[in-house]
Amino acid sequence: MQYQWDFGFLLQYKGLIGVGILYTLGFTIGTVVSGLVVGCMIALARLSNMRIATAVMTGIIEIFRCTPVLVQLVWVYYALPILTGIELSPSVAAFITLTLYGASFFGEIIRGGIISVDMGQWDAGRALGMRRHQLMGQVILPQAFRRMVPPLVNQAVLQLKNTSLLSVLAVPDLLYQGQLITSASYRPLETYTMIAVIYFIILFPLTRFAHRLEARMSH
Amino acid sequence: MSAQTMIELVGVRKSFGKLEVLKDITLGVAKGSVVALIGPSGSGKSTLLRSINLLTVPDQGFIRVGEQALDFTGGHRLPGDRELAAFRARTGMVFQNFNLFPHMSVEENVMSGPVTVLRMPKAEARLLAHGLLAKVGLADKAAAQPDKLSGGQRQRVAIARALAMKPEVMLFDEATSALDPELVGEVLAVIRSLAAEGMTMLLVTHEMAFARDVADRVVFMRDGCVVEEGPARQMIEAPSQPATRAFLSHFHNGLGPS
Ligand SMILES: Nc1ncnc2c1ncn2[C@@H]1O[C@H](COP(=O)(O)OP(=O)(O)O)[C@@H](O)[C@H]1O
Ligand SMILES: [Mg+2]
Repeated sequence: MQYQWDFGFLLQYKGLIGVGILYTLGFTIGTVVSGLVVGCMIALARLSNMRIATAVMTGIIEIFRCTPVLVQLVWVYYALPILTGIELSPSVAAFITLTLYGASFFGEIIRGGIISVDMGQWDAGRALGMRRHQLMGQVILPQAFRRMVPPLVNQAVLQLKNTSLLSVLAVPDLLYQGQLITSASYRPLETYTMIAVIYFIILFPLTRFAHRLEARMSH
Repeated sequence: MSAQTMIELVGVRKSFGKLEVLKDITLGVAKGSVVALIGPSGSGKSTLLRSINLLTVPDQGFIRVGEQALDFTGGHRLPGDRELAAFRARTGMVFQNFNLFPHMSVEENVMSGPVTVLRMPKAEARLLAHGLLAKVGLADKAAAQPDKLSGGQRQRVAIARALAMKPEVMLFDEATSALDPELVGEVLAVIRSLAAEGMTMLLVTHEMAFARDVADRVVFMRDGCVVEEGPARQMIEAPSQPATRAFLSHFHNGLGPS
């Protein structure tokens, strides 16, 4: 059996593919940024001595870390509106889910980075008379950040891969557009190969970058 | 106590869980004097030193440094972040492990207090830093990163960093204990010159000869209590308490000229 490869027809769908790339990148960048903001708040709450806030945050983090993203997406889109009475568009539901999912991992990375800074650094900053925010901004975070960047980049890579799950809510990401093209062209082999190659082209440099950072940190 | 007392502690207590580390400590350090705090490991020396600039907040007692005083006896609320920071800014502290900021150059380390806490313009802080680095013999290391320095050099940078805040008192917690023996002298020399300038200092040390020769008074602590205190030479050479004598007997080899 000889399959006749033909990628030429895909050109006529370049508009659809472009939209898919935009959605995939847009959702990744958007939810990485929002996830970092929420993750920072989670980390700071868990590092403070606020018992109740810490307990609530820990609970939320565990729920998001210990259930599949696909289940979370479906739950937020189909189940949450029944509880709250608020209908969510697929994009909004997807954005909320990926933000919280990312935040639960980013938060732990940020917290881990902060507590990895030697206690003597806190002592030294405090002994000079630094306020809490000055100590964080001038002493702790600059040191913690170096250690946080490689795992944060790795988590961002996972975040981009996870955007492919948005297709189940009919959000027009790269994979969803591939499904559209396949159903119109009946050529899944070329279409999905191209989709995979596009993901690879985006992610390969990013993972190399994370590797390089890790290598540089380790000596 | 008189206004000539620069550091004053009255009835200071601190427990970590069930462990009572400071048991009713009362202590004074006269302005311009040097007091050496000695005692076995675990006796509460570091905790006492850290209580003076509130890195450790006492459970009970009264603490005064210069004009600033805080009372921790029952019913008083704990000081907030701003109050703690203001209190600490007037006190310099030097740690056993230097604790230099590894992401800053030597001069940035020294500038960090004045620039961040006192909002001093950078140019002015840099001049101040260069002056202090010259004073501790490291004028040529201003641009270096801390990890390129020897332990003795790092500790001298840490002293310059503390002095940059123009503190009223300096606290040293085993400033030479982490150093190779041949590097101890250069750090002690800096401390000695501060003493000669009249800086009020409280130092935890295991250098008994240095304590005898540079300190005015020596305080011996054991199990969270001040066992004995007195003039330095008398305390090191002829202490009256058996516990002090027993402790000092471990150091007799190190009691040559410092
Ligand atoms: N933050 C802390 N938490 C619990 N225990 C502590 C803490 N700091 C000190 N300790 C304990 O208090 C005791 C006195 O410690 P420290 O003041 O460091 O003694 P020294 O400096 O004389 O060796 C030790 O038993 C130590 O383990
Ligand atoms: Mg100690």
